[in-house]
Amino acid sequence: MSTAVAQKKGFGAFMWDYLTTVDHKKIAHLYLVAGGLFFLLGGLEAMIIRIQLIKPDNEFISAGLYNEMITMHGTTMIFLAAMPLLFALMNAVVPLQIGARDVAFPFLNSLGFWLFFFGGVILNCSWFMGGAPDAGWTAYAPLSTTSPSHGVDFYVMGLQISGAGTLIGGINFLVTIVNMRAPGMSYMRMPLFTWTIFVTSTLILFAFPALTVGLFLMMFDRMFGSVFFDVAAGGNVIIWEHLFWIFGHPEVYILILPVFGVFSEVFATFSKKRLFGYSAMVFATVLIGFLGFMVWAHHMFTTGMGPVANSIFAVTTMAIAVPTGIKIFNWLFTMWGGAIRMTTAMLWSVAFIPTFTIGGMTGVMLAAAAADYQYHDTYFVVAHFHYVIVGGVVFGIFAALHYWWPKMFGKVLNEKLGKWAFWPFFIGFHLTFFIQHFLGLMGMPRRYWKFLDGQGLETGNLISTIGAFFMALGVIIFVWNIIYTHMKEPKASADPFDGRTLEWSIPSPPPFYNFKQTPLVRGLDALWIEKSEGKKAMTPAEPLGDIHMPYGSIIPFVMSLGLFIAGFGFIYQVDNPVWLSLVFIGMGITLGSMFVRSVKDDLGYHIHKEDLEKGDGQL
Amino acid sequence: MKGWMGKFRALFLLGSLSLILSGCGVDKVSALKPEGYGAELLYDLMILSIAIMIFVFIVVMAIYTFVLIRYRQKKGQEDYIPKQTEGNKMLEIIWTVIPIILLLVLAVPTVTAVFDLAEESSDEADIRIDVTSAQFWWQFDYAGEEISTSQDLYIPKGERVYLTMKSADVIHSFWVPSIAGKIDTNPGDNENTMYLEATEEGVYWGQCAELCGPSHSLMDFRVVVVSPEEYEQWVSDMQNADPEAEPETQVAQEGKEIFENNCLSCHAIGSQPKGVGPNLTNFGDRTKVAGIMEPTKDNIKQWILNPNEIKPGNTMPANLVDEEEAGKVAEYLMQLKPSEVTPESAQ
Repeated sequence: MSTAVAQKKGFGAFMWDYLTTVDHKKIAHLYLVAGGLFFLLGGLEAMIIRIQLIKPDNEFISAGLYNEMITMHGTTMIFLAAMPLLFALMNAVVPLQIGARDVAFPFLNSLGFWLFFFGGVILNCSWFMGGAPDAGWTAYAPLSTTSPSHGVDFYVMGLQISGAGTLIGGINFLVTIVNMRAPGMSYMRMPLFTWTIFVTSTLILFAFPALTVGLFLMMFDRMFGSVFFDVAAGGNVIIWEHLFWIFGHPEVYILILPVFGVFSEVFATFSKKRLFGYSAMVFATVLIGFLGFMVWAHHMFTTGMGPVANSIFAVTTMAIAVPTGIKIFNWLFTMWGGAIRMTTAMLWSVAFIPTFTIGGMTGVMLAAAAADYQYHDTYFVVAHFHYVIVGGVVFGIFAALHYWWPKMFGKVLNEKLGKWAFWPFFIGFHLTFFIQHFLGLMGMPRRYWKFLDGQGLETGNLISTIGAFFMALGVIIFVWNIIYTHMKEPKASADPFDGRTLEWSIPSPPPFYNFKQTPLVRGLDALWIEKSEGKKAMTPAEPLGDIHMPYGSIIPFVMSLGLFIAGFGFIYQVDNPVWLSLVFIGMGITLGSMFVRSVKDDLGYHIHKEDLEKGDGQL
Repeated sequence: MKGWMGKFRALFLLGSLSLILSGCGVDKVSALKPEGYGAELLYDLMILSIAIMIFVFIVVMAIYTFVLIRYRQKKGQEDYIPKQTEGNKMLEIIWTVIPIILLLVLAVPTVTAVFDLAEESSDEADIRIDVTSAQFWWQFDYAGEEISTSQDLYIPKGERVYLTMKSADVIHSFWVPSIAGKIDTNPGDNENTMYLEATEEGVYWGQCAELCGPSHSLMDFRVVVVSPEEYEQWVSDMQNADPEAEPETQVAQEGKEIFENNCLSCHAIGSQPKGVGPNLTNFGDRTKVAGIMEPTKDNIKQWILNPNEIKPGNTMPANLVDEEEAGKVAEYLMQLKPSEVTPESAQ
């Protein structure tokens, strides 16, 4: 466990270790901590929103601040909490599941994290520097382009920088999964979690550039006087909506596919059964990823695209329900005939099925374009996407953390506390969001700072706010569980849950080189195959030999820091050109680091065979 | 169970579902209490989709409950290894094909409704209204009638009224849940159209449904549905309204003068010239002040003195006049009642 290392090395050395690390397991810790903190921040914003809506005509916060809250809640939860938490899981698990010693580009992996981190910090600096963005997380022009404070500038710079990090991460995992699978692991033998990360990475590769382009247009409109979204000068505001959703819809699948992978692993492990219909599941994953690019305009049924476009996008959207349904039934039949162990990880996964089914059903209802004229931009939509994103992604992240915590940190999270966290969160979740379907149909649009008396919305909103407090309680117990586990729980074994995939064949947590010898994969659920034949470990695919490892580097951190500094320069040069100096300083740091990286050879080092034979491989 | 219920079970279920849902919400506000062609069409589509979804949910939950009860690992079973089933082609086909059929059942009426609601005016004789949204109010210009008004939209019962929507600033969205769905109002050339066809008389709650700034949640308006005869009356009254008419009381006359000196540059009375602020021709008949407050003199005064306190972020300047003057202006505005037909007529 990392804290033990810290005690040995001292705090400075511990920090330096993490600032320079290129080890995917430590980068996973970084993503987890940063994403977790942003999750708590986004949760706090959510609580403030719900307190404001506890009664009609409430004056808890001002209208302007409310719009900042909803914007930051959405932006934070999607870009700074859900994405990095999923990247934490990808980093922690994918290289282990495919039997690799690290990702394809460890240096880029670190760069991806620091870009995301500094982007998130820029965005949140806005709170202290004249106001957060207030145009909604979708930042529709011209509300965003004409918003008077610097808030939207922070949104543009923050997302641009962290988006670059995400894109880098996506490409890295794509290359890793294509190139670095252990011998014998064909595509159709990859664990489903790896498959979903593979498809997710592809989606990142194709979806994020649309956001990048949109953000550049907005950046130039706000900072350098261009008029892409200025109708008075011949611009067109609908272009932003298209660009945003061409990114934004695949983004939803970028979030949900990895947790589909998580649930597939958890259901199989805790039912002691092979995943039912593996090839159908792979097919469904790929199909969802593909269709995910065909449906973006269903976010725009009321934009005025005309009946033909609305009909086409309605039908393609409905089509996505088919592969998703395939997945639900395959999970049910994975449990069918199994021996189900209701651990906390399994509890979150089991709770996911009805919750996500409701979210999927309301999704199909929303896909009925004409009916969406009533649902659109109401609390019905709010309820729908919280059912899929909280009921899907967040439940999935909790399941994954309980499942892989021993692999990440060497200890199994306390089961009793885990269940105590689950129930208030689960009950609170349904209290908060189920009623919101009805609030929407009863006439409450979303993003409403206050609702007025006499519209019949009082009871529903009160119930919703009470539910939110239960969810907060669940999160607090979960955080307590983490602290408790690291103080009291014993060290975990290599395979505490009777796992089926390669990550469970090595110690918890794994040594920094992961696999002493690359394993030979003989089928799906590689470890399960060996175990069912009575073997204790994987058959190695290579003789014991020297292992080549990369050196750590501070350059990714410095490179990102440069962009962070330049970001402030870009934002404030509108007020005074003197600030351009920050752009030059920041870009100088970034380009300088790139130059150093390019000219300085970094060949890495070898762990020698003799040291590996000594056992622990510690150098 | 009685015989006829078995036969008509599907209809019965749909009917009771519809009954349960229609208990939700307040009349003239809720999309679940449809009183217009569009809202009724969409309500039926909603009921159909909810029925299909409930069927799917029941199937999933039945399997789910069975599996979780039947296949829990029991005490003493810790070493039991279940059969490692690979999958089942037949089952995969079943749960692919049945959803496709269900979705087709939903897709056909969806597409029909989309085209139905996209109908545009083809006849010059139709009632056509240009709707312009702005932060945070609504302007209604009756095409060919030389009538302009804002905040309260008068339409006749039972007739199709065609709206052309645009925005003066950011994107808004026009939504009257009980009469029809919503459509965005875009700035620039991206004009949208929709129609309203109310089946009952009444005063309906309308709102903005696209985030448009701090007072987004306060951008309410009303649709006043009156009988066709009353509508005709209203149109001619509005056309004959004299913007220059002298008020009866002394206070109101003084108010008129103050208004002309301070307010007229933004607020029009009569259909010409158009102002950048809300048209006030029939202000005295308004259901609400600024869309949200009761139309009392005090409220109007309060609004004139400090509009930003009530609707943050709106562009009307504060303290153009002092408190006494504001009272006089309020007096003047409240007697602007050009028509006999008022929201009270809509019963």
